Amino acid sequence: MDQAVAPFPVVDHQRVVFADGLALDCGAVVKPLAVAYRTYGRLNAARSNAVLVCHALTGDQYVAERHPVTGRPGWWENVVGPGRPIDTERFFVVCANVLGGCMGSTGPREEMTDSEGRGLGRPWGTDFPSVTIRDMVRAQKRLVDHLGIARLLCVVGGSMGGMQVLEWAAEYPEAVFAAAPIATAAHHSAQNIAFHEVGRAAIHADPDWNGGRYWETGRVPARGLSVARMVAHITYLSEQALTRKFGRRLRGASALTFLEDVFEVESYLRHQGSTFVRRFDANSYLTITRAMDYFDLAAEHGGDLANAFRGTRTRFFVASFSSDWLFPTSESRALVRALNAAAANVSFVEIQTDKGHDAFLLDEPDFHRALGGFLRGAAERVGV
Amino acid sequence: MPEAPPPDIRYVAKNMRLDLRLIAEMIPAGARVLDIGCGDGTLIEHLTREKGADARGIEIDMALATRAVAAGLAVIHGDADTDLAFYPDGAFDYVVLSRTLQAVERPREVLRQMLRIGRHAIVSFPNFGHWQVRWRLLVGGRMPETETWDRPWYETPNIHPCTIRDFFALCRLDGYVVERWLAADERGLKAPWTRSVWLANLFGEQALFLLRQARPGEAPGPG
Repeated sequence: MDQAVAPFPVVDHQRVVFADGLALDCGAVVKPLAVAYRTYGRLNAARSNAVLVCHALTGDQYVAERHPVTGRPGWWENVVGPGRPIDTERFFVVCANVLGGCMGSTGPREEMTDSEGRGLGRPWGTDFPSVTIRDMVRAQKRLVDHLGIARLLCVVGGSMGGMQVLEWAAEYPEAVFAAAPIATAAHHSAQNIAFHEVGRAAIHADPDWNGGRYWETGRVPARGLSVARMVAHITYLSEQALTRKFGRRLRGASALTFLEDVFEVESYLRHQGSTFVRRFDANSYLTITRAMDYFDLAAEHGGDLANAFRGTRTRFFVASFSSDWLFPTSESRALVRALNAAAANVSFVEIQTDKGHDAFLLDEPDFHRALGGFLRGAAERVGV
Repeated sequence: MPEAPPPDIRYVAKNMRLDLRLIAEMIPAGARVLDIGCGDGTLIEHLTREKGADARGIEIDMALATRAVAAGLAVIHGDADTDLAFYPDGAFDYVVLSRTLQAVERPREVLRQMLRIGRHAIVSFPNFGHWQVRWRLLVGGRMPETETWDRPWYETPNIHPCTIRDFFALCRLDGYVVERWLAADERGLKAPWTRSVWLANLFGEQALFLLRQARPGEAPGPG
């Protein structure tokens, strides 16, 4: 992986630009604000069937269609689509690239602007201001308003997407009829932050990092970003899943030769790393991992998580996965208890699986049944 | 062609246990209800659809909880022994515990929590004072196994069996007013023993109680 990685193909992402920009939690203003997004299905006349999907750290708005950069299927096609749990024949599905992302929304890879919104002829890079999960949600709210949707039938997302779901429910309770935070937590734990820091350190240590101004050399810090992805990928899988998929098998050999043995799990991780750098920007990775690390919903509400949901009329569906050690069930249970303390309407299941954190993206029939049922129940309530 | 069932059959909750129907009868329309040990959510669904109740549930069995959630019901996977403490005071009008009291770790504490978070508690349990239970222990000298108590002692989940009279005694001890009570047979049909606790304790297979907290100065026990 020594070669310079070609820059991303130029893709025209569908997006809306808000000339007045967005004031961020850190005090800075990004102006203008661009939000790249995709929609699936049709908005009904009452504008009551919209479902907002929030993507995870390395996801994007291409939920249920071929990805224009990678050419691969959408990241949640088993959940979003005709006849799927989030049925696009019934619901109008919206997904936006997060603020700070690299698929067309305002972020480090986009052209830097001054306080008047004038382009400065270079990317933001490391000059892009710190963003929070709440900033991401505020940007999505602008999009939802722009689409003329006063109340979302449901906001749904896993992992960092789930953090956004919680922030939506806390920040705009009247605009969220139902909320489905999945495989997530109300704050990022010390262990979560620690793993992210390893990834960031790998990017910073890459000789092609160039202080974050890597566009000047035409070489991206591919090795560092790749290592960051490899570390993160380990945290997305369970020990059982790794054992089941790879065990101690060697590539192209049946026994150790002590020469150039490569375990299958190594080659798998390297592949994950090298494909990732072709679609993701290193500065975006730094910006978004920081946003996750900052996230602490209880701290935003006087130290008591229940305060974030006091008086809420939103219906919640919380789901965790038994072998997820990155966002373990205990975090979801703490969330459920806080919701109970706020007398919120909540459903909660822990799905039995050995697939780890990644399970929310994979074929998990019990999860899909539960999510689909929750959504149908919510739709019934609002007459969709 | 088979004859279509009369339209009201759907509601009579064909599949709903009769004891759940007795419980449902105690709950007025529009009530806020928590059903502890709600199984697949039959009672919650019935209360939501037929009585416009805001009904929620807790179920310890994950498969049942998942089924209830997949049916669009507000059910959480949880444990009566640990999860009730997280609800605020007076969050519900009725808190229901059907056929579960005898299986929890700390029945007294669960009852206390029920009457903290709910204005009323509805509790049903199998009566260990039933004559068949007494007879089998007396004559056979072995732990009784009946239709109701159908698991051997070493694997029964029913770790805290009690009789109807035991339950009355606990209500007196902890200051709960028994607003209504009745004894029923195994299928949940009301049995005519309610005039005598002694007879009910001998012939009732199931007991059903509607409780509330005693007001200051009010004597607990049968209301």
